[in-house]
Amino acid sequence: MKVTVLIPGVLRTATDGASQVDVDVPEPATLGAALDVLANTYPSLDRRLRDERSTLRRYVNFYVNGEECRRLSGPATPLPADAEIQILPSVAGG
Amino acid sequence: MTVVVAIGTRKGLWLARSEDRVTWEVDGPHHAMQEVYAVAFDTRSGLRLLAGVSSPHFGPGVSISDDLGASWEESSSPPITFPVEDAALERVWQLQPAPASQPGVVYAGTQPSALFKSTDGGRSFEFVEGLWNHPHRPEWEAGFGGQAVHTIVPDPADPDRVLVAMSTGGVYRTADGGKSWEARNKGIKAYFLPDPWPEFGQCVHKVAQHPALASRFYAQNHHGVYRSDDGGDSWQSIADGLPTDFGFAMVVHPHDPDTIFTFPIEADARRFPPEGKCRVYRSRDAGATWHPLGTGLPDNFWTAVMRDAMCTDNAPVPGVYFGSRSGEVYASPDEGETWHQVAAHLPDVMSVRAAVIPA
Repeated sequence: MKVTVLIPGVLRTATDGASQVDVDVPEPATLGAALDVLANTYPSLDRRLRDERSTLRRYVNFYVNGEECRRLSGPATPLPADAEIQILPSVAGG
Repeated sequence: MTVVVAIGTRKGLWLARSEDRVTWEVDGPHHAMQEVYAVAFDTRSGLRLLAGVSSPHFGPGVSISDDLGASWEESSSPPITFPVEDAALERVWQLQPAPASQPGVVYAGTQPSALFKSTDGGRSFEFVEGLWNHPHRPEWEAGFGGQAVHTIVPDPADPDRVLVAMSTGGVYRTADGGKSWEARNKGIKAYFLPDPWPEFGQCVHKVAQHPALASRFYAQNHHGVYRSDDGGDSWQSIADGLPTDFGFAMVVHPHDPDTIFTFPIEADARRFPPEGKCRVYRSRDAGATWHPLGTGLPDNFWTAVMRDAMCTDNAPVPGVYFGSRSGEVYASPDEGETWHQVAAHLPDVMSVRAAVIPA
């Protein structure tokens, strides 16, 4: 199933400049499964999104069709067909 | 002679260069907005700069430069990962190249408290399982800064012998290449515990050793300054003569095992230099007597110097360097007699290392 991942500007060095990446996710399609596919293509992106246990980094937000995934089911959030995953660093720091 | 000083801060890395160690040119930030708790110069072949960097958003890593910051190399796969289910790397607190007899070996100390070993100059690291599996580990507590292995002292001659220090936990030593570890805290006080003389649980802030005298260690503790003359088996106080026994840094002169530098801080509950006066203390006799060094250093210095924010360079007459939480960095070209400001108004300085650039 094809989904689209929107990459924030600060992470585009890890996607060769691409602002948007289409990934083909095996069923059952979840956010975590989409990130696994993305990791195969862009390992240096993955290490910035998830730690070595595949836990989502605390200050990176993942919106699935506009809804932050932590309000859904986190990495287990199911992806509808043609879902759009938007990755955005959260507001943090001083 | 040109000296370079790497200044790791809470928001990036700066590099300062000087021909005379009096006037400085500073460039940066490198790794802007990333915490740099660990920096190291690997002088074994050329001059490699290693930085333990951590983005609050995008996590920790190790970055390497072989051209003094003109370019940086960071592997696409994380260089340090915990191969266990109950931990993930939070921060690199220490990067320590091994002696020249072990080319390529670099140790990393991390939060949570663990030791990693690289044999490829810091590009990738292996987990030292023996320390992680130590039966004491469930009782190692986090201090204010987190729970971390922040000090690594590889033996100058024997590759199987390494000493580490962690907060809290204290000093541990291996003699079999990391397979087994023994707590080595006899004589170090843990005033904050019901039993102030436990086998482990101390909050040792820094341990230093001179390579020509492997049996001797110096330690700055969370209250307490100590020396061991038996390889860490026992520790004796050398705090008499200091204005206070609290502090974070402990640095040994690169050419004299009897000369040490520290930066006293008033107390755990009052983390300023005594009377707000910025002073380095030096002992020329292994801690028997101490002398304040303040020529060129300010009064009204209401800040502190962290455990890795003090160092020497490797020049014949070594320079001494330190940076503060207030973003000031000072250098002495004459073993601490006189001081000159390297930089000011930087973010909180967490780590400082210096080296002579090879001709």
